[in-house]
Amino acid sequence: MVNARSKGDRIVDIIIIIVMIFLGVIMLYPMLYELMVSFSEPAELIRHRGLLIWPLGFDTTAYQLVLSNHQILTGYANTLFILVVGLVINITLTCLGAYCLTRVHIYWHRLMTMFVLITMYFSGGLIPMYLTVRGLQMYNTLWSVIIPTAISTYNMIILRSYFSSIPESLVESVFIDGGGHMTVLFKIFIPLSLPAMAVMVLYYGVGHWNSWFNANLYLQDRSKWPLQLVLRNILIEGSNLDLGGAVVADYEMLAKSLKAAMVIVTTVPILVIYPFLQKYFVGGMMIGSLKE
Amino acid sequence: MAKNKKSGATKGKGRKPGAIRLDFQKNKAVYFMFLPVVIFYITFHYYPMSGIILAFKDFKPALGIWGSPFTGDFGFEHFIDFFGSSHAARTITNTILISFYQIIFGFPMPIILAIMLNELHNRKFKKVMQTVTYFPHFISTVVVCGMLTEFCLSDGLFNQIGGFFGAEPVSLLSQPKYFRTIYVASGIWQSMGWDSIIYLAAIAGIDTQLYEAASLDGAGRFRKIWHITLPGIKGTIVILFIMAIGKMMSVGSEKILLLYNPSTYQTADVISTYVYRKGLLDQDYSYSTAVNLFNSVINFVLVFLANALSRKLTETSLF
Repeated sequence: MVNARSKGDRIVDIIIIIVMIFLGVIMLYPMLYELMVSFSEPAELIRHRGLLIWPLGFDTTAYQLVLSNHQILTGYANTLFILVVGLVINITLTCLGAYCLTRVHIYWHRLMTMFVLITMYFSGGLIPMYLTVRGLQMYNTLWSVIIPTAISTYNMIILRSYFSSIPESLVESVFIDGGGHMTVLFKIFIPLSLPAMAVMVLYYGVGHWNSWFNANLYLQDRSKWPLQLVLRNILIEGSNLDLGGAVVADYEMLAKSLKAAMVIVTTVPILVIYPFLQKYFVGGMMIGSLKE
Repeated sequence: MAKNKKSGATKGKGRKPGAIRLDFQKNKAVYFMFLPVVIFYITFHYYPMSGIILAFKDFKPALGIWGSPFTGDFGFEHFIDFFGSSHAARTITNTILISFYQIIFGFPMPIILAIMLNELHNRKFKKVMQTVTYFPHFISTVVVCGMLTEFCLSDGLFNQIGGFFGAEPVSLLSQPKYFRTIYVASGIWQSMGWDSIIYLAAIAGIDTQLYEAASLDGAGRFRKIWHITLPGIKGTIVILFIMAIGKMMSVGSEKILLLYNPSTYQTADVISTYVYRKGLLDQDYSYSTAVNLFNSVINFVLVFLANALSRKLTETSLF
């Protein structure tokens, strides 16, 4: 009896493992494919049919062209500016808001909570938001992609949940020592919430890194485009990468490797940090789901 | 959330008239700290909400939002125009169909994945599989759609694979009949791993004694999944399912804008992309706002109903 069951179990185990490996291949192959294409010899790539399991030859021309390209470099610089300045603003405002929402004993607590939560269900929509940004003279400046998304209500609620778990006695002790609310926030709440702060930095950071829609709405000058918008222009709209002075015999032939190299170059930062920070990402998801 | 509401309500009772001023004096610092947050929400959430009035007006840039005149038909002209056009039926149908396929094919995936991950005995392998399946969630929409665009070309990866099975090469993204499949399937690829996290957490919360007791009673693997794991995560499944239904009418525009083109509008154009095209490309601000408002109202009603249903069935709700 016991033997029979364990034999059946082993078969099921093997089936699950096979399904899992198959799934893993599906999840990873597209990126690996791009990686292999980016290193392949363009001429061989054109002739090749079928899947790739190893780069065809080895050629770094695509990377040389992409990494020295002014469009890509400006895109990178713009994205980094948005990321760094955006994060400082995001984190400051989110911490302030989340802290104030944990003060459940103040008179306007319910009103403040409602004030924030309502915006998760109602919004003005695309055009009123667009006109607001234009009205504030932010149009065509990098501020247009930083300020309007300064607080994500969802993130603020996650942080509030985390803050709420800090014992109130610690707050009282600061007050007894003559400290104020700012001291509580910066000396107690933030230092005690480092995992949650990591989650905030990651969520906002990945958001900035990957966003293109607002930039597409508000940024007219190509010199202000973040990386994702440059990428969209070339990968999806089919524009050619402006290679400037570089002499390229046949753009069409290089196009596939160039696009693949661009995909890799934009995704590498996330690829590199992701495995190390995975537990924080998942941690955020957990805090988020505990809000009931 | 519910907890805070309750305590707030009981605290609110029996306050004396001077309480507000006293409270302000005592908690001035908190209100001061909240001020920047209030300014942000007013500027970028509440003020734009007032712009919804545009839906009932004929926007003239020179007159501004408030100065522009109201439309005919008691301000409902844009709504009547929309429902009178062929776009209404097309965008509403596409929105519902895409959501419907997402729910039918996409909703069960993270549940199945979570159960399979839970059945893996090798901890290391499980960890690796989690890392691998969460990964697509972090790839940007532009990169995902860029890869899809390449793969869907008539000499792209998908056609190369199809070639093994004798399929004729076709440019997949220019064929209306393939659009929804591509959209929904790539969506599953992007999110199934990440969405499984919440189910894994629910499974982790199941009492292990239940499994031990079932083993003693001679229950096999599938019986344990059916009688312990699934009932254990039923609450989570129900609430997420209801919420998915509540989002039926809101298909985001970002990914569709990146993937569709005029030749696939027939199956790909949803309300949000129509709002984008009308508003920003044709600069028909009022009409676009009207269509968006119609969509928001429907969304809100759906979310509200879903929430009420969820409260009734599972005693958990979002608000």
